[in-house]
Amino acid sequence: MATTKTKAAAEHTCTCDAMAVRPYRIQRVLTETYDTFSVELTPEDPHAGFHFLPGQFNMLYVYGVGEVPISISGDPAKPKTLVHTTRAVGTVTKRMQKLKTGDAVGVRGPYGTAWPVAEGVGKDVVVVCGGIGLAPLRPVIYHLLNNRAQYGKVVLLYGARTPMDILYWKMLEKWRSRFDIEVHITVDRGAGDWMGNVGVVTNLIPKAPFDPVNTVAMVCGPEIMMRFTALALAKRGVQDEQIYVSMERNMKCGIGLCGHCQMGPLFVCKDGPVFRLDLIKPLFTKREI
Amino acid sequence: MENLERIITDHPFVKGLPPEHIRLIVGCAANVVCKEGEFLFREGEPADKFYLIRQGRLMIESHIPHRGAISIQTLGEGDLVGWSWLLPPYRFHFDARICETTRLIGFDGKCLREKFDKDPVLGYEIMKKFASVMADCLDATRLQMLEVYGDH
Repeated sequence: MATTKTKAAAEHTCTCDAMAVRPYRIQRVLTETYDTFSVELTPEDPHAGFHFLPGQFNMLYVYGVGEVPISISGDPAKPKTLVHTTRAVGTVTKRMQKLKTGDAVGVRGPYGTAWPVAEGVGKDVVVVCGGIGLAPLRPVIYHLLNNRAQYGKVVLLYGARTPMDILYWKMLEKWRSRFDIEVHITVDRGAGDWMGNVGVVTNLIPKAPFDPVNTVAMVCGPEIMMRFTALALAKRGVQDEQIYVSMERNMKCGIGLCGHCQMGPLFVCKDGPVFRLDLIKPLFTKREI
Repeated sequence: MENLERIITDHPFVKGLPPEHIRLIVGCAANVVCKEGEFLFREGEPADKFYLIRQGRLMIESHIPHRGAISIQTLGEGDLVGWSWLLPPYRFHFDARICETTRLIGFDGKCLREKFDKDPVLGYEIMKKFASVMADCLDATRLQMLEVYGDH
């Protein structure tokens, strides 16, 4: 099956030993919400570092505890500092959250396919994300804003469970104040003094300002949210071939060898995590997968 | 009236409706302006109207004892609010609180029902539009209930 892996992404993945763990140090641990945090990492060897593409992920190794796949959420134009955002849910991420500046972390990567930022050149780009799904798409926003003149309208539609769950709040405010990106945020449950939108993220799609015929849509969030988003986009006239989604599975090796992340004929770590919707749609609703 | 007809024609809800049908429903319509903090309607009140939002924003809410008002959905420009006028006992089920000055077109439900009885084709066309809005709302509510962001 064809994948969305770009030539550049393939080069990035193949120019290093795919299984080699590189030593990095924690520069900062940032609390994003009550249960999510970001780590900023710099290479021990200041000349090491590597470029990555929006959508790719790294395997982060907390020494003595374990390894987890986490999408890169930083600016691709600033590859010296790796930024990863995750929720503290398992043994490794809970331990990672407690790391301090200067602590060591192993990094393998970057792995996986990228968001199709090149395909969006000359078109409108609509980014739809839910919950922590904003993290893998933040590099896309950075890229679009760094190369703003190349794109038509840029629209970010973001849904979270409650106002307390909104990720990168300050950054979203900053983006909202710009005139060259439309940012719309909604929460499933309003609470307290929340004055913004209430309702699911798909409610934002019918009124979002983009040309459905000349648009690339990038969607990341829980699978059910992505399914409903695809339906809402289709209702606006966006074809499956214009929609990209990021899948999440239990990735272990990162190079398609171990089979942990197998999804039918695909390995999410190698063939994904970013897939064009029409190529993955038959697997999207298969319960056995 | 001519001006109101143009305003209604521009609203997304009536998109695709032939001019003769729009002319028929204009007779049941009136401009409405509400200020921030006001209630367009409250739970339990007679549902004798529905509204098309031209500009502004309002919140559909429900009041829960000891918890206060719970926000359920935000509606804004281009949206429709209120369908309790369609079915007995014609009572609103939720509150509609105005978040910012909002301009709407209010339609008299009784007036419309009478026109639908006389012109079933018009009634069918409007009902199809309401069914579409209600289906979207049902989908959204189901998705909202799933708490999809919980385990992602």
